[in-house]
Amino acid sequence: MSVPAELGYTNEHEWVAVKDGVATIGITAYAAEALGDIVYLEPPEVGATVAAGDTCGEVESTKSVSDIYSPVNGEVIDVNRAAVDEPEVIGTDPFGQGWLFKVELADEPADLLTPEQYTQLTEGEG
Amino acid sequence: MTASSNSPAEPRRTPLHEVHERLGANLVDFAGWLMPLRYGSESAEHRAVRETAGLFDLSHMGELLVTGPQAAEFLDRALVGHLSAVTVGRARYTMITAEDGGVLDDLIVYRLAEEEYLVVANAANSDTVFAALTERAAGLDARIADRSAEYALIALQGPKAVEILAPLTDADLSGIKYYAGYRHTVAGLPVLLARTGYTGEDGFEIFINPGTGAAAVWEALTKAGEPHGLLPAGLSARDTLRLEAGMPLYGNELSADVTPYEAGLGRVVKLDKPGDFVGREALAARAESGPTRRLVGLTGRGRRVPRQGYAVMRDDQRVGVVTSGAPSPTLGRPVAVAYVDADTDTTTGSFAVDVRGRAEAVDVVELPFYKRGR
Repeated sequence: MSVPAELGYTNEHEWVAVKDGVATIGITAYAAEALGDIVYLEPPEVGATVAAGDTCGEVESTKSVSDIYSPVNGEVIDVNRAAVDEPEVIGTDPFGQGWLFKVELADEPADLLTPEQYTQLTEGEG
Repeated sequence: MTASSNSPAEPRRTPLHEVHERLGANLVDFAGWLMPLRYGSESAEHRAVRETAGLFDLSHMGELLVTGPQAAEFLDRALVGHLSAVTVGRARYTMITAEDGGVLDDLIVYRLAEEEYLVVANAANSDTVFAALTERAAGLDARIADRSAEYALIALQGPKAVEILAPLTDADLSGIKYYAGYRHTVAGLPVLLARTGYTGEDGFEIFINPGTGAAAVWEALTKAGEPHGLLPAGLSARDTLRLEAGMPLYGNELSADVTPYEAGLGRVVKLDKPGDFVGREALAARAESGPTRRLVGLTGRGRRVPRQGYAVMRDDQRVGVVTSGAPSPTLGRPVAVAYVDADTDTTTGSFAVDVRGRAEAVDVVELPFYKRGR
């Protein structure tokens, strides 16, 4: 299972890419594989203030519904409208076109897992 | 009781386990069995069954063999159907209920010979059905044996099923009616070949001795089916297929808390068959009084899926509860079935499902959602 080296990860199977004070957030390939065909995305609202650990949206697949958690503190400045319109992209390209939302960081993200730690986590669950 | 009636902590593996692993199946514990949920995209598997064909491993199902001079009379007494009226080679969809009319399981019963029936039960209920049948056989010359471990079960379902299977079998498939099952060969191996299924499509269920036979039949069907677009299909596709076809699932639409009448399946209760049967009194009373709730179909207007347990609202009043829901690959929108109070007027009013705190508008529609062209 793909775990890109340049990203940070969470226990909730999300990835975080930080650049110039903005975090881009998505779900991992492991999560996408576990969910199956994704049929619905409800991202947080642009302008919303989120805190690390908060529930801020939903991803729905054929079989189940999963909460989206914010891994960081800050303000939502963008959401992936293309993924809202065609949620399949979250499953087919979770680390690329299937990103979920962007947060302007209020502070540096804390407690993110390294790729190695995340790999260990998924191997433990797999 | 036999060894297979225990509930082991480790889920059991079907005779096709290695095949599933090789195919990269996403395996889940289902009713004590490690079963393929899907192999790739469940929507693609679903579409393959609707458009060409899909191949399912159903080896988790329970197979109970009933034999003896009074096998027919016994099943008439034990089940709600009129099994003695079934001719050899044919099958019936029926149910076993408790004395109070509550459904213990829904079953397919094949009459293999004058004095031999095969009762196919849901995996999760197989032990319950076996125990109930054993108890109900007291005083009759009929024997019940749990043969689940001696049968693998493969289902080939879809419009191309006949074309795919024909070259592999000695059976004249055009002569096999819907709900019939005979001893034939597939890929040179002896099987019980039945024209039954749970997808709303034409197709076959193939009961076969496990060992190497199951894998050989699976491989032969895969090879013959590949040019047609056959895909292996998992439980996830099976669930959306049966839901579109309006077929009930035990644990969702059916349970010990409902009678067949609530589920819209009163026709399987043969109150006019000769002799008494378990549940007759309660079921006759329910037939007389009418069900207190009924199943309806719902289609969602958005993308959020009404799921099991969600409340159904009519003009903001709670009138029922969803029993099954899924995004329908065929309709391209969410579908659900729900129990609503029997006196609910579904012809007017605005309906919605409470999807995690938000009212999502739905339309009440006739079941099934999907019916194949014949």
